[in-house]
Amino acid sequence: MQKITKDQLVEKTVALLSDGTVSAVLGWSRGEFDYDITPAVFKTAEDLKENFVWNDFCGANFSKYLVAQTGKVEGKILVFLKPCDTYSFNQLLTEHRFDREKVYAVGIPCEGMADIAKVKEIVGDGIVSIEADGENLKVSTLYEDAPALVNAKDVMAERCVNCKSKKHVAYDELMGDDGEVIESNRFDEVARLEAMTPDERFAFWQNELSRCIRCNACRDACPACTCEKCVFDNPASSVENKAPANSFEEKMFHIIRAFHVAGRCTDCGECSRVCPQNIPLHLLNRKFIKDINEFYGEYQAGAEVGSRAPLVDYTTEDLEPGEVFDRGDKDA
Amino acid sequence: MQRVGVFVCWCGSNIAGTVDVAAVAEALKNEPGVVFSTDYQYMCSQAGQDIIKNAIAEHNLTGIVVCSCSPRMHEATFRKTAAAAGLNPYMVEIANIREQCSWVHKDMLTGTEKAIILGKAAVAKVNLNTPLTPGESPVTKRALVIGGGIAGIQTALDIADAGFPVDIVEKQPTIGGKMAQLDKTFPTLDCAACILTPKMVDVAQNEKIRIFSYSEVEEVGGFVGNFDVKIKKKARFVKEDICTGCGACVEKCPMKKNPNEFNLGMDNRPAIYIPFAQAVPKVATIDPNACNMLKNGKCGLCARICAAGAIDYTQKDEIIEEKYGAIVVATGFNPISMEKFDEFAYNQSKDVITSLEFERLTNAAGPSAGKLIRPSDGKHPHTIVFVQCVGSRCDACAEKGKEYCSKICCMYTAKHAMLTRDKYPDTEVYVFYIDVRTPGKNFDEFYRRAVEEFGVKYIKGMVGKVTPEGDKLKVQASDLLSNKQLHIDADLVVLAAAIEPDKSARPLATMLTASMDTNDFFTEAHPKLRPVESPTAGVFLSGACQGPKDIPETVSQAGAAASKVIGLLAKDKLTGNPCIASSNELMCNGCSSCERVCPYGAITYVDKEFRMPDRTTKIRRVASVNPAVCQGCGACTVACPSGAMDLKGFANSQIIAEVDAICK
Repeated sequence: MQKITKDQLVEKTVALLSDGTVSAVLGWSRGEFDYDITPAVFKTAEDLKENFVWNDFCGANFSKYLVAQTGKVEGKILVFLKPCDTYSFNQLLTEHRFDREKVYAVGIPCEGMADIAKVKEIVGDGIVSIEADGENLKVSTLYEDAPALVNAKDVMAERCVNCKSKKHVAYDELMGDDGEVIESNRFDEVARLEAMTPDERFAFWQNELSRCIRCNACRDACPACTCEKCVFDNPASSVENKAPANSFEEKMFHIIRAFHVAGRCTDCGECSRVCPQNIPLHLLNRKFIKDINEFYGEYQAGAEVGSRAPLVDYTTEDLEPGEVFDRGDKDA
Repeated sequence: MQRVGVFVCWCGSNIAGTVDVAAVAEALKNEPGVVFSTDYQYMCSQAGQDIIKNAIAEHNLTGIVVCSCSPRMHEATFRKTAAAAGLNPYMVEIANIREQCSWVHKDMLTGTEKAIILGKAAVAKVNLNTPLTPGESPVTKRALVIGGGIAGIQTALDIADAGFPVDIVEKQPTIGGKMAQLDKTFPTLDCAACILTPKMVDVAQNEKIRIFSYSEVEEVGGFVGNFDVKIKKKARFVKEDICTGCGACVEKCPMKKNPNEFNLGMDNRPAIYIPFAQAVPKVATIDPNACNMLKNGKCGLCARICAAGAIDYTQKDEIIEEKYGAIVVATGFNPISMEKFDEFAYNQSKDVITSLEFERLTNAAGPSAGKLIRPSDGKHPHTIVFVQCVGSRCDACAEKGKEYCSKICCMYTAKHAMLTRDKYPDTEVYVFYIDVRTPGKNFDEFYRRAVEEFGVKYIKGMVGKVTPEGDKLKVQASDLLSNKQLHIDADLVVLAAAIEPDKSARPLATMLTASMDTNDFFTEAHPKLRPVESPTAGVFLSGACQGPKDIPETVSQAGAAASKVIGLLAKDKLTGNPCIASSNELMCNGCSSCERVCPYGAITYVDKEFRMPDRTTKIRRVASVNPAVCQGCGACTVACPSGAMDLKGFANSQIIAEVDAICK
């Protein structure tokens, strides 16, 4: 259950729209279902009042949308940023991907978002509506007369269970209270994978990635994937439409993508959220983050604008590759 | 489609001994694009090159692959061959089947298999090669020499001799460096001052040479042929152009008790000082930490006494900006600190000294006017123990010493021992050594004279401990040849301290983006074939900044560095390397990743207007590579997330084609 209400957000937004501070609003609207929330651009108070949505399924990280939307709007665009979104926001500013002056960032608190897959595990298919009800979600299905009550804590998304920060690292205005950076257990699962033998690990990923349908949702939602032209869409890149040598080679897509966002990934978890096949893609990125932390010292992408990520930074004090190798070897 | 010719070299038996060259030529015939393939005994010979030239003409080749030695060896040769036959020189690819194949394999079968694979990779790459044209940049015809010791002096004189202007930046108030502090020089025993000071005067009088003494390099920008350098001229509180060097101020200065750096603190100098009589420029300098006028605003005696009116207490540090075509590093060396070597009691007794202190002690212009005395009581020492390799060749004591051999200590210790016995035959002189290394012209003869004619007692073994007791130094040592422990009551112990690069070298290397080894010696572009060039274009190395060196070696290297600089400055334009990075602006995100990994600062960003598919325009930030600064290292191409950055001649697609050919 979110502490801040939809009415508070709409009220704030309408005020900023009407006094001309912003000319458009990046917010959430309902899709096909209650749990199927999509990002939307609002330009009028009427539209907002009618279609704006704020509930436990508003997980979308809007920072990436600013790359395209800031170019399309006269004046400023309002964006709502949950704490984890602010890291992506900063990272994109570090990469000069949008003009900060064109954005009015409103930080909003987040109590953790729900994972519809977990809800379905409990109540089954055929969900027709989900409403917040105190600590619970009231879920009505086609097949049951009485709505089921599910505790929001039990269906919280993995990225929220292992939330790394309730602190907003960027905003123009903050609604509600700011939180703290959290000592999370987000690397536990990575450590479990590391403890496997190479064969076990390969089998694990082969199993997970075999479900991939190459819908590109992970890439399209990822705030680190904002390239003007993605290498997978570029015939000259030699990885696009490459004939796979075996049934697994195509799944290299995910590994190449993990390399591409290494050091820039803020661990926002959008890749796993949008995956229709529920592949835990964020674990690939977390492995990189864990390695970077261990090899080069703690580094959180997007914690501040302009920070220089260890993998894309050159200093004369850089470690020799051999020293990094030794360090990795010791921990392995 | 390219028309590719393949030329497999035997390199005598170097390659043909382990690789079936005919089979390689035959196998590569069937690769895509290959229209001609042959082998020959020495492809780099005139006859071999003629085969290539003829084949280019006869078969209309658009690209060639030479399977031979490392491209470092003969790529340039074969590029010239191609150019002579009318082919763009960048349409040449080398498959290294010698260093990377025949030399590392013993078995003909595996060697041949690998050579064929390497050849296939090169063919795959040359199929994607495009003709490249190098850019040109102008050359500023002025050189900068950093460091005014014998290395810097010789380099500057040689460059000036060829007619090019040179600036010397020296951080001390005078040029001369370590050599000016020495007494006699081995192996001929001529006095250091007698051979150095005329050169210093030559420098001062040479119209082509400017000396920035008491100055340091603050910032280096630009690139080969066009360096922009900021030099900080520290305030010496004396107007250099007015001071006559008469020394009246030095006489009268009341603040007399400051350790004299030139004599390594063994005597004192006033707050205003001239380091030594033959200093160049012969100009006084005020030490701001010692001068009462500068510290407390009281005194002003030197200003009153100066007939020329050269004293200026208000002088400030000055920044000089100048352009240079070439930079020579000649920052030299220092003996390492003896602080950590407790076993030799350097900190406990004034009579334990370093060899450089010994030089000052025996120098006529030194603290004792050349009389060999014990620093503690001024008495004549009767027993002197010299300890070699103090901090050199340390495996076990690497944290306080150095692993390398300091090279000069064997010879100067022999010199010290010999001169002591010569002048004071009543002294007993012991030298403790690990090995005596004297490989130089007339060097071993010199050492043997010390032993045979002058009766210096050379003992193989190290000194374990020196303990001051009364007015004696108890020296405990081992004689390895007779397997005995020795106890010597010495009056003076002289430590041949290891030498290390000057502390200013590391920050300078950072400014120059010149590479260093783990000991902070500058690395050369090639240890044998390019020993006086740094891998950074336009930066040259002279003297001990590159490794321990004696004077004869330093002077020859200084001359060699000068000749390289002259060769560079004699050109009106520099041809660049066309294998540099460039950004495909349509794909560039402007994310700055490439800028951050570029070690040369070659990448900047510009805002460009793009027409979008929907006919609107959009202004985007895109990367732009300065072709004159880019060295083609390729760091940016791997950092670029979208693959917009690519290296000409080593495009991502070419590398992937090579990998595919190898994995096929």
